[in-house]
Amino acid sequence: MTRFLRQTWIVMAKDLRSELRTKEALNASLSFALVILLLFSFAFNPTSDLTREISGGLLWLVFAFAGALILNRSFARELPNDCLDALIASPVSGAALFTGKALASYVLLAAIEAVCLPVFGVFYNVRWTQQPLWLALVLLLASWGIAVVGTVFSALTVNMRLRELMLPMLVYPMLIPCLMAAMQLTTPILAGEPVQGDLMAWVRLLIGFDIIFTALAVVLIDTVLVG
Amino acid sequence: MTALTVNGVWKYYGDYPALRDISFEVQPGECVALLGRNGAGKTTLLKILAGLSRAAKGEVRVFGKDVMDRGSRSSFGILGHGIAIYDELSAFENLKLFAGLYGLSDSTARANAWLERVQLIRVKDSLVREFSRGMRQRLAVARAFIHSPRLLLFDEPFTSLDDKAVALLQSLLSESIRGGATVLMSTHQIREAMELATHTVLIQKGRLIHSGPRAPEMLSDPTWIYRTYGEE
Repeated sequence: MTRFLRQTWIVMAKDLRSELRTKEALNASLSFALVILLLFSFAFNPTSDLTREISGGLLWLVFAFAGALILNRSFARELPNDCLDALIASPVSGAALFTGKALASYVLLAAIEAVCLPVFGVFYNVRWTQQPLWLALVLLLASWGIAVVGTVFSALTVNMRLRELMLPMLVYPMLIPCLMAAMQLTTPILAGEPVQGDLMAWVRLLIGFDIIFTALAVVLIDTVLVG
Repeated sequence: MTALTVNGVWKYYGDYPALRDISFEVQPGECVALLGRNGAGKTTLLKILAGLSRAAKGEVRVFGKDVMDRGSRSSFGILGHGIAIYDELSAFENLKLFAGLYGLSDSTARANAWLERVQLIRVKDSLVREFSRGMRQRLAVARAFIHSPRLLLFDEPFTSLDDKAVALLQSLLSESIRGGATVLMSTHQIREAMELATHTVLIQKGRLIHSGPRAPEMLSDPTWIYRTYGEE
């Protein structure tokens, strides 16, 4: 277990260090997210109830699209100089390699969300701090779901010529349950409504999605990487 | 124990058999030159030997362990067509990264020692993207050797190396062989390879044509093996 955690940490730290040096995915993802938030704020009247009703959906669409830009780089980062071959030929387990990469993408996605939320609050006149713990829980669970599914498909599409196009096409259908649950929960949380009753089913769905897809990814990643 | 056992390996690309029933063994301390024309299947075979690709049939064992078993991976080092070095990390960070991945407890000391060895210690904190081609190649050589592998799998290691890097690689390979390491390298630069090789394996169109000790004739005549065992 210690070996797995150490290898995971090394891979995650390497990915984050590389990204912070180049800022390729971060800059693209953050710019995209802010521009979309800005453009939609012009399309809707920020004082209307309609805006608040669609706020959860809008927020998660922005996070999902921004996430795709981050996840595209996850394994593509290994392509120059055939670095992926050296990683696969090393004693690092596929599970540790996958988990390290998923955690790095998760941290980057969380950073994008942390910047976007205050901007969203200002542009759409939404008090997003009403239920910070519930909002944080939904962000953590749904972002992990995006990171896990996205990292697996990033590995699967890494050698494809049109991987920037293929990744979103493959990932979004798989993410429908995760995104639906996140949207269904975020809208009432932002409106200050208590999370109880039927809403708890969406929380359970998010937890179940994360557990199932994390387990599947860990089991399948060696096959995905080596074929 | 046999260092490398290749038993009945087949590999298909679509319907085309890129490797056809390849079998040979390499004993510890041997240096094997894997020879063959372009497209013979050398790189495909090396990818299977390094666990980067699965054989359709057959098995590969490294010191008795299946090559797909992660436990066998720490015993070999690879140097392929790509240098497998991260441009956006420094030379030191690259070596420390791979030392860490191989579970070396003294990763910092080992990285510094190898940077000294390949004469990059003065630029250890510079990003690799600022390095010249020769410097990157020397760093790649250090990366392949940093965990003191018992089996070295090299794919055309002398191709596009500058003279300094060729000399360094030859000296490191000689030293490793003297220390008991096993080497298998595919190459077109037969002269450089024959200075080190104790055995040769010749592949043609995915088939093993010859496997055995290096013939003395090969030292003076690099094309002797092709004329004797296969097409000119």
